[in-house]
Amino acid sequence: MKIKVEEMNLYYDTFQALINVNLDVSENEITAFIGPSGCGKSTLLKSLNRMNDLVESCRITGKILFDGEDIYGKKMNVNVLRKRMGMVFQKPNPFPMSVYDNIAYGPRTHGIKKKRDLDQIVEESLKNAAIWEELKDRLKKSALAISGGQQQRLCIARALAVKPEVILLDEPTSALDPISTTKIEDLLVELKDKYTIVIVTHNMGQAARISDKTAFFLHGEIVEFGKTIELFSRPKDKKTEDYITGRFG
Amino acid sequence: MPSRRNIVSFVLRYAVYAAMGVTALSLIGILGYILIHGILAFKPSLILGEYSSSNPAIGFSVFTTCVMIVLTLLIAAPLSIFCAVYLTEYAKRKNKIVTWIRLATETLAGIPSIVFGLFGAIFFGTVMRLGYSIMTGCLTVAIMLLPVIIRQTEEAIKSVPDMFREGSYGLGASKLRTVFRIVLPSAMPGILSAVILSMGRIIGETAALIFTLGTVAKFPTSLLDSSRSLAVHMYISTRDGGAAGREVAFFTGAVLIAVILLMNIGASYLGGKVGKDFEN
Repeated sequence: MKIKVEEMNLYYDTFQALINVNLDVSENEITAFIGPSGCGKSTLLKSLNRMNDLVESCRITGKILFDGEDIYGKKMNVNVLRKRMGMVFQKPNPFPMSVYDNIAYGPRTHGIKKKRDLDQIVEESLKNAAIWEELKDRLKKSALAISGGQQQRLCIARALAVKPEVILLDEPTSALDPISTTKIEDLLVELKDKYTIVIVTHNMGQAARISDKTAFFLHGEIVEFGKTIELFSRPKDKKTEDYITGRFG
Repeated sequence: MPSRRNIVSFVLRYAVYAAMGVTALSLIGILGYILIHGILAFKPSLILGEYSSSNPAIGFSVFTTCVMIVLTLLIAAPLSIFCAVYLTEYAKRKNKIVTWIRLATETLAGIPSIVFGLFGAIFFGTVMRLGYSIMTGCLTVAIMLLPVIIRQTEEAIKSVPDMFREGSYGLGASKLRTVFRIVLPSAMPGILSAVILSMGRIIGETAALIFTLGTVAKFPTSLLDSSRSLAVHMYISTRDGGAAGREVAFFTGAVLIAVILLMNIGASYLGGKVGKDFEN
């Protein structure tokens, strides 16, 4: 198992956002988190690379193991953890600098300074994110001047540039048009050969199309977790069935 | 017969025009009046010559003013920018110290400058034995500027979207790197405009400087010398110089306006360049 969540509970002040969560994420697979708004799926995703540390009132019990190591343990270096688990956010968030500098920001953070090395990483990352052809002549242009769909793929490339093992995506296509969405879905399927992917999505079709396993969240609990094909064709729980057939949510 | 509505909109419209006209005329009037009187009083010896009672030259004062601007900003800008970074990025939300710093800066912002002058004269001048000097003046004005720059820098930093910070942390960047590479550059236009505004305050300050910088009319040779900034020179000339002094004051005023104009042009050029560098 790449990531193992064991009996995890998460509180914001007195509100419990995640209740006794157990979950295994396998290597080189796409794991999707689905469920209605406020069910805790994004909260769990943000706990995996400890982005919840930024929320002052957040408190966590239980364990999250990454390659067998407790990520909330004393020996864990948060910056290294976040380098190993790249993250792509709901709204494309390129930095207000050039395309090139956006990609180079991560590697530079981790000590790569030589122009030749950076050039190579930038090209490789953009190619891996299937956006090199579109952007190769605009590397020096502001990243804010490209389209939303391109910005999101740029953000994926930026995450790839630090050579992560896992990519966490928080509703990465919810702000994009259908064509850009398709491009990103195709890209994720390609990327799973090299990376372990966890994606939060509002779009059940998307989970069904691209993920290997799906977890259905409701009110902070995982109601059902299993192979995507089985979960969508033969849901074991009545609540899962109601949600995926569109009876609520 | 025009309706009531038409009359109201007619009146409002011309009220707007009139307000604009009065404002523009008074601004242009003041500028023109000072410039014309200043230019009429101009003699080359007024800038290049040595100061004496027969030739109240202001070359030394232009120099002193420039030194004051640079030194004061060197003290005040880093201090207040770092303080603003602490308040917005590092301090916990319910931190007691923050509440106190906020209260203190807000109170300081409303205190008349002459009070700062008295404090500076006693603390820097007497207790720290700096006397009437450029150093005393700069330190005093720097303290006056702290609340102004802190508050505006805070606003600029707060307006940087959180998603930039998340993006940076998500790549494994430390807080320090996120603040200095992402947050501060994004906030730079706002910070620069705060610094430019405070330059104006340094140039315009008079009351606090009379007590701290002093009024000695000669070229300073060290930072511990007393001298006169342009604004102080204007005040002294008007007070002591009679009709001739008033002429010198007008000339000084014209020079002051020119200095401010140059500085604004320079700063906006610099600001444009910094913003652009970051975006491209």
